Amino acid sequence: MNLIFRQGTVIDPSQELHAVVDLGIDDGRVAEIAPRIRKKARKEIDARGLILAPGFIDMHVHLREPGREDSETIETGTNAAARGGFTGVACMPNTRPVNDSESVTSFILERAREVSKIAVYPVGAITKGSEGETLAEIGEMKRAGIVAISDDGRPVQNNQVMRRAMEYSTLFDLPVIDHCEDKDLSAGGCMNEGYYSTLLGLRGMNPAAEEIHVYRDVMLARQTGARVHIAHLSTRQALEIVRRAKKEKIAVTCEVTPHHLLLTHAEAVSYDTNLKMNPPLRAQEDVDALVQGLASGAIDAIATDHAPHNINDKMLEFDRAPFGIVGLETAASLVLDRLVRTGKLSLERMIEAFSSRPARILKLDRGSLAPGCWADITLMDPELDVEVRGSEFFSRSRNTPFAAWKLKGGPVMTVVKGRIVWSNGVRS
Amino acid sequence: MASLTHKDLLGIAQLSVEDIQLILDTADALKQVADRPVKKVPTLRGKTVINLFFEPSTRTRASFELAEKRLSADTLNFAASTSSVSKGETLLDTARNLESMAPDIIVIRHSSAGAPHLLSKECRSSIVNAGDGMHEHPTQALVDALTVREVKGHIEGLKIAIIGDIAHGRVARSDTMLFHKLGADVWACGPATLIPWEFHQLGARITGHIEEALDSADVVMMLRLQQERQTEAFVPSTREYFNFYGLTRERMRLAKKDTIVMHPGPMNRGVEIDSDVADASYSVILNQVANGVALRMAVLYLLSGHAPLRPRKPSR
Repeated sequence: MNLIFRQGTVIDPSQELHAVVDLGIDDGRVAEIAPRIRKKARKEIDARGLILAPGFIDMHVHLREPGREDSETIETGTNAAARGGFTGVACMPNTRPVNDSESVTSFILERAREVSKIAVYPVGAITKGSEGETLAEIGEMKRAGIVAISDDGRPVQNNQVMRRAMEYSTLFDLPVIDHCEDKDLSAGGCMNEGYYSTLLGLRGMNPAAEEIHVYRDVMLARQTGARVHIAHLSTRQALEIVRRAKKEKIAVTCEVTPHHLLLTHAEAVSYDTNLKMNPPLRAQEDVDALVQGLASGAIDAIATDHAPHNINDKMLEFDRAPFGIVGLETAASLVLDRLVRTGKLSLERMIEAFSSRPARILKLDRGSLAPGCWADITLMDPELDVEVRGSEFFSRSRNTPFAAWKLKGGPVMTVVKGRIVWSNGVRS
Repeated sequence: MASLTHKDLLGIAQLSVEDIQLILDTADALKQVADRPVKKVPTLRGKTVINLFFEPSTRTRASFELAEKRLSADTLNFAASTSSVSKGETLLDTARNLESMAPDIIVIRHSSAGAPHLLSKECRSSIVNAGDGMHEHPTQALVDALTVREVKGHIEGLKIAIIGDIAHGRVARSDTMLFHKLGADVWACGPATLIPWEFHQLGARITGHIEEALDSADVVMMLRLQQERQTEAFVPSTREYFNFYGLTRERMRLAKKDTIVMHPGPMNRGVEIDSDVADASYSVILNQVANGVALRMAVLYLLSGHAPLRPRKPSR
């Protein structure tokens, strides 16, 4: 055997396992899980007190390469992901050029093979140039390796185009990931529309702009049979629509970001541009509903919407700064400390939302530690003391609203196909 | 009485009732400077004030400049159109450059809400907000309060109707918060497209009917349609707007007999206010302008760390 983790707490929702065991790895795959493995391995790691989970997959990140390598590259972004405990990331197509063709998809995968220690799953554009008009060459991109389609930050506004995209996606069994926003209704906005936008004199983004598109997608999914995945769901009403759709067995799933689970629009009183993202931070009642929805499983996955922007782009007036914050290196600790430790979310549900659910939505052969599966593993120390410091990020950007937050618990080692790709050095 | 403890004047939101009374009392005391043959006091001699205006402004800028000169400060005017900003420099870089000239106070007007707050985090000097986007215009609101107090003798208990484009107006926000803090009964009136409903949380009662707002009002504050900030059609036409929200002599009969009409300017005659109302005896629009200089002198005076000037019993 190549590697054995001794006496760690393996929590794997895919096989309903939660036990202190030995986990052995051979040829990149899980070979054996047993109370005690008698064989010896070339490398053995004392995992007492640590949690071993199926590798985390962040299904919503922006790696910025090609095009904005000053903010992030495939190398720095995947290093940040590994440090955050992620063994795989799905990267959105809003690069320059847009990932709307086989050649861009191939470029990303080729770069990833050269520089990335974790898996990179490209998401292709729905429409050419993400301009919302003509379908991109989705079939060819699928052949090159995309796992989903999305126009993310430039969501398809034309309902007929969206309908065609959903119909077409069924041919290739690709989920359609939608950033739900009616751009007319949110035009010019830079934060949630509500009391705080009124107080601060900032143009608001009406929550209905999100909810209307969630409803549209649900209706079209029902008709077309497409699999729709709602990106970064942020309002109570949007969640209600998804909940009802699931009850009717419509193929819709959704994700939520750590920041929408932990922060409200009240934070914007500082005019700190690291609190500006799209969808914007919402009201407390939304936050409460999202936390409850995640706990109940109505919300499938946690994704970060990691959106690096270099400091020059963010050090602007609030209404002029770009949307987005980084998230890869803080997500696991934030959820562990603020949701699991406080009893709002079970550890099993957290792990499922970070691993097996994203894997199932993207149809990846990941998200399980059952013998024979790829040994992608996230190791966490629930007692680790973490202080968020932008200066320590592996990411090229530091636009986080969580700077100086003190958290308990976090990733300590990341294993991809049986290989340790990152470790904080405390153990091993 | 304590002096003003703030480094900056960013908005009415940050001020306590005591702060407001102190500023108004100081302005009252400084008003007599305008009546002197030599309209100057040496209070800010040797101090440097930079007027940083990223948006066109006539009266606010003139008012600040005059206030600075009457206090004997050295002033430097910096208009965005003629500056490096048009060459692509960011606000922070501009501010840091100016900061290295060691000013004591920077007066800033900017089209982005929060721009003065960004500066205040980066600059040692005191920042005075002379209007930031759709957010606040604190000195204008203080001028309005000074004017009302002067004419009415008090503010508490007055019915103050603010009528017009509430959504896009920074004066609307600052006035509402200020008069609410001072105990007035504040009404915000306009078409629903121009009033965010959350405005009631700032302390205003909301109505879409001008008759209800004017009913027994002590003070009528007319706000301009901010057409330059409106990105879409909020009202069908200025004619229809005037039909439903224009202040006419006839509608004025609904208000109290001794009501006063105010307008922070610039006025659009025939859009929100009829000429015969704007020029009538109950209009105090020009008093507002005159009080502007004294009020801004008070703000500059207090922010440069001076003790209260001949403190008087605060008016009610």
